[in-house]
Amino acid sequence: MAIETVQANRKLDTQAGRQSRIAAVLLVGLSALTAMVFAQVGDGDAVFRLSRASDAIVLPDLAVPAMEFNYIAAGVLAFLGVRLWIRGGSGRISLSLGFGLLLAVAAFLVWATVGKAFSLTGMLQATVVRAVPIALGALAGVLSERVAVTNIAIEGMLLAGAFTGALAGSLLGGWGGIAAAVLVGGLFGLLLAALVVTYRVDQIIAGVVINLFVLGVTSYVSSQVFQEYRFLNNAPVFRVISIPLLSDIPVIGPVLFQQNIFVYGALIMVAVATYYLFYTRSGLRARAVGEHPRAADTLGIDVYRIRYINVTIAGMVAGFGGAWLTLGLVGRFDENMTGGRGFIALAAMIFGRWHPVGALMAALIFGFADSLQQKLALLQTPIPAEFLAMAPYLATIVVVAGLIGVARAPAADGKPYIKE
Amino acid sequence: MSEQGETATLTARLLERAAPKRADFEDLVIVPVFAVVVALILGGVAMLATNVDLETIGRSYVALAYGSIGSINALSETITAATPLILAGLGVALGFRAGLFNIGAEGQILMGGMAAVVVGFSFTGLPMLVHLPLALLAGIVAGALYAAIAGWIRAATGAHEVILTIMLNMISYRLVDYMLRMPAIQRPGRSDPISSSVLPTAELPRLLEWLGPNLRLHSGVFLMLAAVLFVYWLLFRSTIGFEFRASGESPEAARFAGMRSGLIIVLVMALGGAFAGLAGANQVLGVLGRASSGFSAGIGFDALAVALLGRSHPFGVVIAGLLFGALEAGGRQMQVDAGVSIDLIGIIQSLIILFIAAPLVVRALFPWGFRKGAPASKE
Amino acid sequence: MEIELRGITKRFGEVVANSDVNLTIRAGEVLGLLGENGAGKSTLMNVLSGLYRPDGGEILIDGKPVQFRGPGDAIRAGIGMVHQHFMLVPVFTVAENVVLGVEPTGPVDFLDLKKARAQVREINETYGLEVDPDEYIENLPVGVQQRVEIIKVLFRSANAIIFDEPTAVLTPQEVTEFFAIVKSLRSAGKAIVFITHKLHEILEVADRISVLREGRIVGEGVPGKTTDLELAEMMVGRPVSFKVDKTPFSPGPVLLDVQHLTVLRENDAVAVNDLTLNVRAGEIVGIAGVQGNGQSELVEALAGVRRVAGGSVMFQGKDITGASARDRHRLGMAHIPEDRQRTGIIAAFTVAENMVLDTYYDSRFSRGLAMDWQAVNQNSAAAAAAFDVRTPSIFEKAGHLSGGNQQKLVVARELNRDTKLLIASQPTRGLDVGSIEYIHKRIVDAREEGDGILIVSSELDEIMSLCDRILVMFKGRIVAEFGAAGRPANKNDIGLAMAGVAA
Ligand SMILES: Nc1ncnc2c1ncn2[C@@H]1O[C@H](COP(=O)(O)OP(=O)(O)O)[C@@H](O)[C@H]1O
Ligand SMILES: [Mg+2]
Repeated sequence: MAIETVQANRKLDTQAGRQSRIAAVLLVGLSALTAMVFAQVGDGDAVFRLSRASDAIVLPDLAVPAMEFNYIAAGVLAFLGVRLWIRGGSGRISLSLGFGLLLAVAAFLVWATVGKAFSLTGMLQATVVRAVPIALGALAGVLSERVAVTNIAIEGMLLAGAFTGALAGSLLGGWGGIAAAVLVGGLFGLLLAALVVTYRVDQIIAGVVINLFVLGVTSYVSSQVFQEYRFLNNAPVFRVISIPLLSDIPVIGPVLFQQNIFVYGALIMVAVATYYLFYTRSGLRARAVGEHPRAADTLGIDVYRIRYINVTIAGMVAGFGGAWLTLGLVGRFDENMTGGRGFIALAAMIFGRWHPVGALMAALIFGFADSLQQKLALLQTPIPAEFLAMAPYLATIVVVAGLIGVARAPAADGKPYIKE
Repeated sequence: MSEQGETATLTARLLERAAPKRADFEDLVIVPVFAVVVALILGGVAMLATNVDLETIGRSYVALAYGSIGSINALSETITAATPLILAGLGVALGFRAGLFNIGAEGQILMGGMAAVVVGFSFTGLPMLVHLPLALLAGIVAGALYAAIAGWIRAATGAHEVILTIMLNMISYRLVDYMLRMPAIQRPGRSDPISSSVLPTAELPRLLEWLGPNLRLHSGVFLMLAAVLFVYWLLFRSTIGFEFRASGESPEAARFAGMRSGLIIVLVMALGGAFAGLAGANQVLGVLGRASSGFSAGIGFDALAVALLGRSHPFGVVIAGLLFGALEAGGRQMQVDAGVSIDLIGIIQSLIILFIAAPLVVRALFPWGFRKGAPASKE
Repeated sequence: MEIELRGITKRFGEVVANSDVNLTIRAGEVLGLLGENGAGKSTLMNVLSGLYRPDGGEILIDGKPVQFRGPGDAIRAGIGMVHQHFMLVPVFTVAENVVLGVEPTGPVDFLDLKKARAQVREINETYGLEVDPDEYIENLPVGVQQRVEIIKVLFRSANAIIFDEPTAVLTPQEVTEFFAIVKSLRSAGKAIVFITHKLHEILEVADRISVLREGRIVGEGVPGKTTDLELAEMMVGRPVSFKVDKTPFSPGPVLLDVQHLTVLRENDAVAVNDLTLNVRAGEIVGIAGVQGNGQSELVEALAGVRRVAGGSVMFQGKDITGASARDRHRLGMAHIPEDRQRTGIIAAFTVAENMVLDTYYDSRFSRGLAMDWQAVNQNSAAAAAAFDVRTPSIFEKAGHLSGGNQQKLVVARELNRDTKLLIASQPTRGLDVGSIEYIHKRIVDAREEGDGILIVSSELDEIMSLCDRILVMFKGRIVAEFGAAGRPANKNDIGLAMAGVAA
């Protein structure tokens, strides 16, 4: 008994269709914003400086005709939106949305800079610097969530790293500070693992507890001890190391190859983590533990051991990231100086789809927004500084809301594994 | 016996409640008591480690006790500190019950507080009976709306509420700073971010001024008590609470039973935000009298701890809130009397939560407090 | 190779899953382990495969006692197990799943997937199994997933292979193919344990049979000598009748009318494709088919918990295509969902709360926003008594009940009100015989009262004994109809239709 298909080209109400319509509306909205606000500048160029006079190779400044550029940007945004509405297609959503946001940011920059000059390279350099703790925090998140341990404790681990970096750095010097920060971060990773794996504490509660505990201890010691003995909170700051030749490449050189060891460390760790997770035997096992712990167990893989190891390593990575705040930046510890970066890192991890490289990219976006806000203060736009500061968080909400469905967490994420 | 009679006896037997078990008692009494004691001891160890001598440690704990429950003033301070923690904690607990992890209490407190302040100083000439409720209501509505944003996005797109509420917290700090510099809000003649003062007609009246001018206990405590009873009724006696709890325990089963998950998410977030907003209003109308940058002072994060500690039960939240309030009030006394930083309280609080959340750790540390062979975990 | 289990005992808290079990497994022989759901078969084999540690007893291999500290030890001892619920990582490829735990590596812990693929192909050839090593598990049909599990075991060169209810997910034809694989493994000298609760299967493939009931070995048998009735009695502990009594078929008016229904999965793949069916009052319509052919999505769409992408659904002449689950309840539709743990009950809720999970808003149980717990409790106790839900009290957590009682709780909730149409998905999956009989009786009772009933089940026996009309679903469509107006039901024809072979 055969049933004919009557409706040949019926239009089905699909998930991807709904998502692409949401994204389309967003893009058209951005287009309207660009056309009606950013393009409303008189004649004039926005000048972006790409090199400093002292650089080995000096590029000429980039002069963008503001009104023209922004009208074109608005047109492209509208085109992307309309195309998404009509054609749909799940593969195009994130690409269109990502490109669209980039374009809108560019239009905004042009609008803010018109009639003035602005160092693009300087901002990108700051972007990378500011992305470091977020990238490392997010990487810590990736490493633990890939073995299905939810890591709310990133904030606390970063803070512990910052504190230890300052204390040990003051006593033992910079390298000693880093080593101690990594060690202490690892200890908190171990504690998290013990709580959730062995004692089966709810993973979120365990994370919250660690955050509170670290905040308590570091604040207590800094007000009880550091106030009095200031030499304990006076660590050296790692200087910039220029990598010969590479650092002379215009734009890319200053951005990537004139940085301190935290930046290089973060980049190397992202590369190593990617290799580890996706190209090694241990990585395969770790991911299996995160996706289907029971299957891993039936094959003789020790689920608990792997969780312990990975979460401890995650803590070490976060400890290193935390040390950046003190040893890489200011040389001293202040109460609660992470200021929520650990949570931003959590967002970056989700945003980066539980992939080290994705997490790095997401962290760069946050770093970009952060440095943008600082540099824009110099340009004196009519937008209040507070609103600029909000922009990255708003963007995160938009992106998390728009991209969901694409990202997929490790299947066992957040669930304890009970052997019997 | 007839079949009908048999069914009736069976039905009657099914309606009998089991007596509370020893394990429940251990869970509800012994573990928390151990947790507090051990946390205090470890707090002492922390002091020792930072070179505080034994005599000072003794003095700090005396001050801690005295400053939290040792006098009328101490009790007044404890309850004053506990009130916003309990209010916001109720909001967070509601979320937990419905399976939502609302980290956004901090932002909701800020929004609620700002709205209450603005209403509190803007309307002159209103009688208190109108002005105060209006200001409180503004706080409730602002908190609810701010939280509902996260709820709505979560329901509409599935974006994770943890991320959303974190971002909304970040945004709220900036928003408050911005608003505090708006000419209509900033206190005349000031350049720092601080608001005009709330008018007397919108202040929550103090309760014990007849006993002493420094007793800060204010009528917000009645709001808090009413809120506790309301949340209890809502969770355990109402159909809405039934839906909340069902979606919290198993969103899929709730959906299959015909509950509207999207609506529930928005409602839970809005209600949670309402309580946080009320906590914010309570602070500005009852304690601070105005808003300044970061006036939420971390209450929203402590509320998380309070809700966890109180096991998301309204009565548990009250006890946890009082405990945290007492530690806070006592901690201030400790700082004054013994010169030990109040930040020590943060360590003690986190240890208490740790031990309560990890009864297995407590059992491992103090095996003799528990019946032998007691089940290691519930299942 | 000879494996001996001696006096194995295994407890989970209060539950004694295995009690003093003795069993011998020999090379070149298929041991059939028979027992109804919950008898302790999986637990016993999980002990043998090192996943669980026994509370008592010992395991001997070729006469020497062995201690397994984990599954790794058992694997090294040559014991492999194909679990009832497949132990495959859905987002990994076949090759990755096969080598997991014994991966070929290069320098710096490099995972040599090239070698892994080659190794998988090699096994494919040796044993005549066809599986693409680069395909992701989540894209494979269950029958192929099972082959991956077999490859996994062979890859670890197991000498003893345990199959835990391997046929539950297969069509009758696939079962035949599977038996051929089992027989070839036996002739290759492997020791095989074949677990099932289906009598005819065990009689077909086993060389020896051991029967497990309530954790104990209650009897042994040999195919050809022991009859299926004897085995059934050993298994259940009392004489069983396999017949369902019901009155002659006399359907009333059409209740549910589904036209050109299309339903999508989360990933937008078409699950139900332009499907048309109806259910009349007083009839039981069964949907047979291999799992994953769109049955679950069909039921969810009919119950109002999954969006309809195209087509229409009418109930008693009313268009309910877009109606909510709540609206459908109010109209008199009842739904027994397929996954009782996830969607049928809330484990942390009490029996009483579960009993009103979808009726709490009714004026019987609440006034305005206020719940009337008195009424809820009274009603729940009465319903629990009437539907044989065995629980110490209605304030017991539903999660503490046995699977059979949980399912009876769901049935009680759904049928203990004025219903007109019952949609039941896998209503007896994983239940013991007593509960199955009881639930079947209740379903037939509902039919006698004039309800229309739509049952989805992957148990062909259940469908055939219960239903007035049988529809076979394949790749989202109804591909055949049996009984009543259609052809008389016949296991072989239905099996062919389930496999998509046009008849
Ligand atoms: N991990 C577990 N925890 C608690 N009880 C269990 C567990 N596994 C099985 N049981 C119980 O042990 C008994 C036997 O289960 P099982 O071995 O799965 O039976 P079978 O495979 O024969 O259907 C059942 O009563 C079941 O509820
Ligand atoms: Mg089994």
